[in-house]
Amino acid sequence: MFDWIAGLASWELLALDPPGWGGVLLAGLAVSLQVAVGGYILGFLIGVGGATGKLYGGPVIRDLLDVYTTLVRAVPELVLILLLYYAGTDALNQIMMLLGAGPMDISGLAAGIFVIGVVQGAYQTEVLRGAFKAVPHGQIEAARAYGMTPLQVLRRITLPGMLPHAVPGLANLWLIATKDTALLAVVGVAELTLVTRQAGGTTKSYFLFFCAAGLLYLMVTLISNVAIRRIERFARRGMPEVR
Amino acid sequence: MGPETRSWREPHRLVLIAIGIGIVVLAATTMRWDWLPRYSGRLIDGVGTTLWLLALTSVLGFLLAVPLGLAQAAGPWWLAAPARAFCTVIRGTPLLLQLWLLYYGLGSLFAYWPEIRQSWAWPYLRQAWPYGVLALTMSFAGYEGEVMRGAFAGVPRGELEAARAYGMSPWTAFRRVWLPRAIHRALPTLAGETVLQLKATPLVATITVVDVYAIISRVRQDTYLTYEPLLLLALIYMILTGILVVAFRWLEAKVPVKGA
Repeated sequence: MFDWIAGLASWELLALDPPGWGGVLLAGLAVSLQVAVGGYILGFLIGVGGATGKLYGGPVIRDLLDVYTTLVRAVPELVLILLLYYAGTDALNQIMMLLGAGPMDISGLAAGIFVIGVVQGAYQTEVLRGAFKAVPHGQIEAARAYGMTPLQVLRRITLPGMLPHAVPGLANLWLIATKDTALLAVVGVAELTLVTRQAGGTTKSYFLFFCAAGLLYLMVTLISNVAIRRIERFARRGMPEVR
Repeated sequence: MGPETRSWREPHRLVLIAIGIGIVVLAATTMRWDWLPRYSGRLIDGVGTTLWLLALTSVLGFLLAVPLGLAQAAGPWWLAAPARAFCTVIRGTPLLLQLWLLYYGLGSLFAYWPEIRQSWAWPYLRQAWPYGVLALTMSFAGYEGEVMRGAFAGVPRGELEAARAYGMSPWTAFRRVWLPRAIHRALPTLAGETVLQLKATPLVATITVVDVYAIISRVRQDTYLTYEPLLLLALIYMILTGILVVAFRWLEAKVPVKGA
C-alpha cells in the first residue's frame, strides 16, 4: 500500500538528462519566462501609449481606450487568450495570403507574447494613468516656469514623481504576467505547466512533477519579490516610510 | 471615471455607438448562429454551474480567509508562519497548476490508497468538481487572507482596548468589535476579488467540470466554429461581470461609512 510513497520519492525522475525530466521542466520554465518578459514589455509599451492616449488623446481615442481596458478586464484571461490566439494567427495568415506567401507557421512563443502583451497592456494603461495623475500639477508648472523643455520636465519631474506610485502596481502586474503564462498551456504552448502535465502523464508521477513545477514558479515569485523591494526602496527614496 | 465622465449623447459617442451596433448587426447576420437554439438549454445550465461555483467558493474562501488573516495579524508564530506560508504559496503559483496538482496529483495518489477507495468519500473523490471547488476556495482564501491580515492589523488598538475596558471577554470583543471592523475595512476589496474569482472559474473546465466554458468548448468541437462560440462566451462573462459590479456597488452603498 505504500507504493505511492516510493512513487513520490523517485527523485531520479527529476534528473536533468533524458531518462529524467528535469531538463524538460527547466526548458519549459525558460519558455514561460520568455513569454512573461516579452509580454510584460509589450504590455508596458501598450500601457505607455494607452495612458498617454487617455490623458492627452481626443474624445474618440479616449473612448476607444476605455472600451479596450473595460473589455479586457471583464473577460476571463483564458477566454481572451483563446480569442486572441486564434484571431491573431488567423489575421497574420490572411495578411501572408494577401502578400502572396503561403500560410506561416507562427511560433507558440510569439503568439504567447502577443496575447499576454495585449492583456497586460490594459492593466498597465490604468496603472500608469493613475501614477501620472498622482504627480502634483504645480510641480510640472514650476518646472516649466524654470524654462525646462517638455523632455526635461518628463525626465526630471514627471518620471521620478510618478515612479513610487507606478512601482507597486507594475510589480503586481509582473507577478500576474508570470502566472498568466500558465494559461497558454490550454492552447498548446510548451511552457512550464504544459510540459509538467506531459511529464506527469508519461511517468504517472503527477504529484512529484506538479510539486516541482510549483517550486519553480514559487522561486520566480520570491526572487521577483526581493528585486521589487529593492526597486521600491529606490523609487521611494526621500519619501516617508510606509508600514 | 470621475468628473471627466460625460454624457453618451455627445456627437462622437453617438457615432461610436452606431459603429458598435453596426458591428453587432454584421456579426449577427454574417456569422453562423444556427447552433444557438440547440445549445441554449445547456448554456443556461452551464451559467448556473459557473455562478454556483463562484458563490460557493467565494463564501467558503472568505470563511477560510478570516482565520488565515487573524493568525497572521495576531497569532503566535506557530500559527502565523503556516498561514503566511499558505498565502505565499497560493499567491506565488498559477491557479491552473494548483488545480492540476490537486486533480491529477492527489487524485492519482488516492487511487493507490485502498482505505480511501473503500471509504464513503470515494464516489465523490472520483468526480472532478470537489477538486475544482477545493482549488478555487484555497485560491480565494489565499488572496483574501492577505487582505484580512491587513484589515485585522488596521483596526485601531484603542477600539479593542475600549471593548476590553467595558468588560467584554476577548471572544466577545472579537465578535462585536474586531471582526466586524476588519470585515468593514476589507469590503472594498471584496468586489474586485469576486470579479477575479469569476474570471478564474473557467479553469475548472480543464479538469472536466461542465461550466459554461466547457459547454462552449463542446460547441466548438461539434460545429468546427472558432469565433462565434468564443464571442458569445466573452459576452456572457461581460454581462456576469457587469451584474457583479453593480450588485457590489449597491451593497457598498448599503453599508454605512463613518463620516459619509
